This record gives sequence, C-alpha cells and structure tokens, in this order.
Amino acid sequence: MANMSLKKVAIPEQDPNARNKNFAEVSIGYTPEMAMEEATRCLQCKHKPCIAGCPVNVRIPEFIGKVAVGEFEAAYDIITSTNAMPAICGRVCPQETQCEELCVRAIKGESVGIGRLERFVADWYMANRQQKAEVAPAKHRKVAIVGSGPAGLTCASDLAKLGYDVTIFEAFHVPGGVLMYGIPEFRLPKALVQSEIDNLRKLGVKIETNMVIGKILTLDELYDEGYEAIFIGTGAGLPSFMKIPGENFNGVYSANEFLTRINLMKAYKFPDWDTPIHVGKRCAVIGGGNVAMDAARSAKRLGAEDVYIVYRRSEHELPARLEEVHHAKEEGIILKLLTNPVEILGDEKGWVTGMACVEMELGEPDSSGRRRPVEKQDSRFELPMDTVIVAIGQTPNPLIKMTTPGLETQKWGGIVVDDHTMATSKAGVYAGGDAVTGAATVILAMGAGKSAATAIDEYLTTGKAPDPESGAVILGSQKVEY
Amino acid sequence: MYKIVHKQILNPTVTRLDVAAPLIARKAKPGQFIMLRIDEAGERVPLTIADYDREQGTIAIIFQLVGKTTKALAEMDEGDELLDFVGPLGTASHLEGYKKVAVIGGGLGTAIAYPQAKALHQLGAEVDIIAGFRNKDLVILEDDMKVACTNLFITTDDGSYVRQGFVTDVLREKILEGRDYDLVIAIGPLIMMKMICNVTKEYNIHTIVSMNSIMVDGTGMCGGCRLTVGGETKFACIDGPDFDGHLVNFDEAMRRSQIYKAEEKQSEAVHICRLTGKEA
Repeated sequence: MANMSLKKVAIPEQDPNARNKNFAEVSIGYTPEMAMEEATRCLQCKHKPCIAGCPVNVRIPEFIGKVAVGEFEAAYDIITSTNAMPAICGRVCPQETQCEELCVRAIKGESVGIGRLERFVADWYMANRQQKAEVAPAKHRKVAIVGSGPAGLTCASDLAKLGYDVTIFEAFHVPGGVLMYGIPEFRLPKALVQSEIDNLRKLGVKIETNMVIGKILTLDELYDEGYEAIFIGTGAGLPSFMKIPGENFNGVYSANEFLTRINLMKAYKFPDWDTPIHVGKRCAVIGGGNVAMDAARSAKRLGAEDVYIVYRRSEHELPARLEEVHHAKEEGIILKLLTNPVEILGDEKGWVTGMACVEMELGEPDSSGRRRPVEKQDSRFELPMDTVIVAIGQTPNPLIKMTTPGLETQKWGGIVVDDHTMATSKAGVYAGGDAVTGAATVILAMGAGKSAATAIDEYLTTGKAPDPESGAVILGSQKVEY
Repeated sequence: MYKIVHKQILNPTVTRLDVAAPLIARKAKPGQFIMLRIDEAGERVPLTIADYDREQGTIAIIFQLVGKTTKALAEMDEGDELLDFVGPLGTASHLEGYKKVAVIGGGLGTAIAYPQAKALHQLGAEVDIIAGFRNKDLVILEDDMKVACTNLFITTDDGSYVRQGFVTDVLREKILEGRDYDLVIAIGPLIMMKMICNVTKEYNIHTIVSMNSIMVDGTGMCGGCRLTVGGETKFACIDGPDFDGHLVNFDEAMRRSQIYKAEEKQSEAVHICRLTGKEA
C-alpha cells in the first residue's frame, strides 16, 4: 500500500538566516530512510505520466521502485541509462513544470519528490560506488565538441561510450560552462560538477581549455585537424540589456558578469583572490528567472542588506523554479513585482545611485500566454540603489557564427538546426542547447546533446546525415526569461 | 601552461614578454588581444598583442606595471609559465586601402600602436609615427619604430628628449605642414585618445582608437567592457577593441575605467605584504 501522505517528505535545509551568509549548499539532501519513505509515495502508475514530462525520459517509476526497497545502485543504473548527470538534474531541473507536474499525486496534494529522489540516488552512488567507465571498442574516429556546458558534456559522454575519440574545446580556463560560471555553489556545488567532468575523462574524453573556437581555430580548421563531426554547444553567452538610459553607469552589471566574477573568479575571496566585485548595501536585480534569483541570493550572501527582485509581471508569472523563489523569499530577498525600470540613475562621477521605475498592471495574455504587463499612468517612482544587476536573458554567443561561412542562424543569433537530429546547415556540424534555443534549461541542453550524439553516430557510421523529417526546421523559439 | 621564452625590460615600468603560444601566433593580427591568468587565484587580464612570430610560435605582450597582476607578471622570468593564455580575441584592425597614415602612441600605447604601424608600412602606406612619453627615461621601442614607418616623431612632455610637447601638438603641426593624412590611429591613455580625436574632428580625418576596457572573459559573455559608440552600446571584446574615435563616448569610458580603482589599491597592498611576509 502506497504511503498516502499529501506532502513530500521534508528535505533538510540550512536555516535561511544562516545560509544567506554562506555559499554552502542550501539543501542538505535526504537520508536513505527519508528517500525510502518518499519513494513509497509513488503509486507506480501503469501509464507513467511523469516520464513524458522528462526531456531525457528517465524511467521514473522504475527507479523510484528500487529506492523504495533500498536498492540504490539499481536505481542509479536505471537513471543513468538515459541521463548521464543525475546529481546535476536532481538539483537544477524545473521539476514542477516537467515530471512532477504530471505526477498523479499532484492532483491532490504534492507530487512525488522526483527531483529530490534523483538527487539522493546520484549522491548516494557518488559517495558509495566507483563510477563505471564502460566504453565500446575504440573506433579511432575524432569528434570535436565546442563548449563544455550541459549540452557538450552530454554529447561527449554518449559519443565516448560509443567508442569515439572525443575532444571538448572550452573557451574558459575550466570546463563546465554555465554549471561552473553561472549557477552558484549554494545551488550546485562545484565539486559535484568537477566529479561529472572527471567521469568524462575516465571515459577517455579529452578537454582542451582556453580554446575559443572561431578565433584560435575555425570549424573548417577542425576538419583539417582530422575531426569528422562537430557539435556546437556554446550556450547563450551574450547578455541582453534593457536599453534604458543609465545602463553603463558604474555598478550596473549583467547577471553573467556578476555571477562569473563570483562563481568562476571567486570574487567573494577578494583580496586573497584577485578578481574584485561591487555589491553595496542596496542591490536590485532586474528579471524574474533562475539567473535573477541566483544573482539576488549571491548579492545577499556577499553582504547586501536590501536585495530586490524587480519584475514587471506578478509572482505567478516568475519564470524561475518554484523552489528558487521560495528559497529567495526565505532568505530575505524582496520581490518588487509589477514594477518596470525605465531609467538607471547615477551621480556626476558615473556611479549608480538608484532606479526610476513605473508600476505595471496585467492586461490581456500576450504571445507567451502570460498576461501582458501594462504601464500604469503617472506611476513613476525612484528606488535608491548601490548596485543594479540586469538579468533579463542572454542570446547565443556570436563568435562561431561570425567565423563560420555556411552556418545558418536566426536573426537573434540562434543556430538553425533540424528538430530531431540537431544537424545544422553545414554538413557534419550539429548544435544544441542554448546556442540553438536561446536561454533555456540545463535538462533541455542535455536532451539536445543526447539527440546530437545519436545523429552524429549515425552520420559517421553510414556516411549520411540521418533523414530530417522535413528539412531544416526551427527548433523552439527564443525563450527570454524576463 | 604557456612558457615565457623571452623577457625584455623596456624601461623601469614597461616590460615585454614573448610567450610560447603557437596556435595563437598562427592566427594573431594587429589590433587583437589575449587574456591571461598567472595563477589559480589570478585575475583574467586583457593585453593587446604587441607582436607575433608565426615561425617561432610566440606572442609578445608589452605591459606597464600598474597593478598587482602586471607587477607579478614583471617579476616572472624566462622559463616560467603562465597558467592561462587565450586568444587571439577581438576584431583585427582594418588597415587596407590607406595611403598616408599617422599612427600615434602615448606611453605604453606606442607598444600597441607599433604593430599597426608596421602592418600599414608593409601594406605600402606612408606612415608617420608620433610617439609621446613623459620623459626621456620612459622612451621605448625607438629602434623598432624607426624601421616600421616613413617618419618617426618622438616628443616628451618635459622636453628631456627630442622636443617638448604632447602628441596632439605634433599632430596639429604635421597637419598644418600639409601632411594630408587619410587615417589617424591613436592608442594610449583615454584622455590622450580623446584629445587626438578633438584635433582630427576639426580636420575631418578618420580616426581609429583602441579601447582597452575592463573585461572578465573577453568573448562577449560578461558585458563588462561595454562602451557607447555613436549612441549605441558596444562590447570592446567582440565589436572592438578598435572603434571610430569620433563616435566613442570617452567621458563614459573614463568613468568606467575607474570602477575598481579602490580594489586595485587594496589588492596591491596585499601583494606587497605577501612579499614582505607581513599581514595586511
């Protein structure tokens, strides 16, 4: 008989007032007993609705069934048969709009804690078992992966397991992409990302850092070097700004810059580490996505007293994961909703002093299905601020596009690919993740990396690109968080 | 790791390092830059490529001892290795199609202006280099510059070498003498580039400046290097570092260059204390 509790087994977390002063992980994770108890809430439905909500189709009821009886290793094997990085997905996937949204238990009460269980299984395995490194016999055929974020890592992992000679080229000095520079330690510990990357190396994947493809080598030159196929997973690295007056005042950061200084360059250790950052006492983050929450919560941890999320729609429309919004509020982040900045104010020396905003109200639904925010008349007001962080989204990095003739892209920069094979307009070149879709999620990037690996294998095995269903079609649309 | 194969002290505050980076050397062009990091706790610092040797596979960087990283860099020796060295970044200078060019360098800027002068000279342009220094002891690259141009004009702020005056004075004199430049390239402190642009605007001479902004990644990701050019926000790392000087908002760029002044001082203090073994 299933455990009919309407609520998920609570997950131990650091106290909000302690954790908003440190960078250690917020959630401490289930104990084996808690995980087994939560697993018994799964009804083992015959039609398994949850699986359809997972971009990489993890066999959810099956692995949860193993957790329920304490067979954690078996659970891990089930998850990793379709998802190479469960420790990451368990932490950063927006489960409430994917698997958990479709969970039958969510009709009355809370869904099964699928994400928490996935995380538990991955953490248990990492602590108790040696990672297997089973690879097919070497094919002696070289594949290049450009970018070492979630899309590139997944594609590399699948191809290495098939026996390909895989090299990842990374522009930064450490691999991991957004998992390293973007998502903060308190949400995704870097040691964990490092361990996933170490696993890849065990599979024989080579990683070359400091390699800005498009600059040091073009895609055509990679072919000259003997690579037979290329996967582009360069992410959405170009920050968008509001294009309002005052955005270039000192103390205005893109979320990318703010988070990179902290996560990658360890600015929170300044001056022992050399990279500085300005946080100030009053800090506003413009935007309502996960990146905005990450920036706000980081600012709080670095000593800002009043941290605001300034978002033009209402709380209901916030694109961030529910858990992040919940954690942010617990940590004392102030949500300034239905508020749109119209100007950033500064002093004569060029430093930010505040923000002029207008109040908004929600009108009719727009093309995104969300109610369109409309400005209220004569509602302008000013908020004094020391720092303003712009977190309204990113578009794909243009470096590859600028240096690759024949690579078709959309007007906003996304690489055009076939929906199923991830093939670009250039033979042998595949792409996926945010470089194709614009800023989206880690799991969608992983799904794309997986599809591309399958297609690359077919292309290199048969010498022909897999048949697209209807020629090159546009995958998804640019997804802007704001 | 990237080995330092040659070190040359050009003056008490300016050092040249040639670094083994064969792939970058194969691609580098005048106007581009690299980003380097000395060690694990180090900053990523952008430096313009001062020269390259495709055969030897080396990239030359020339830098002034202005902060913690550049001071630590100057303490490194031949055989030492840099942890990270990334490039070639930025858009190369467009140098084709010019007949008579004034290449102007101020202080350390002469080191960055030099490869542009050399390239223009090789392309067959008539090149005047105008190089300004505070005083005689700070003059660098005189011999290199001499062979990379048609005329070399050196000037010093205090008159201790060749003549007294600013680069703007020399430029104006040359224009008044009838040197009809179709391009001016100005590289140096922001205030110098601004003043040069004020002169060339008067005479309507197309002017290129090189904007060495604060950057984290150098690939378009952080947006820290943004500046206003012709009323639009541009990124120095991918749209530049070269820009039309008549369109650059120098006042904003000067303010933005001050963002981390206080931290630079703090960082240097720590560096000095590390050397003496005393706590900050």
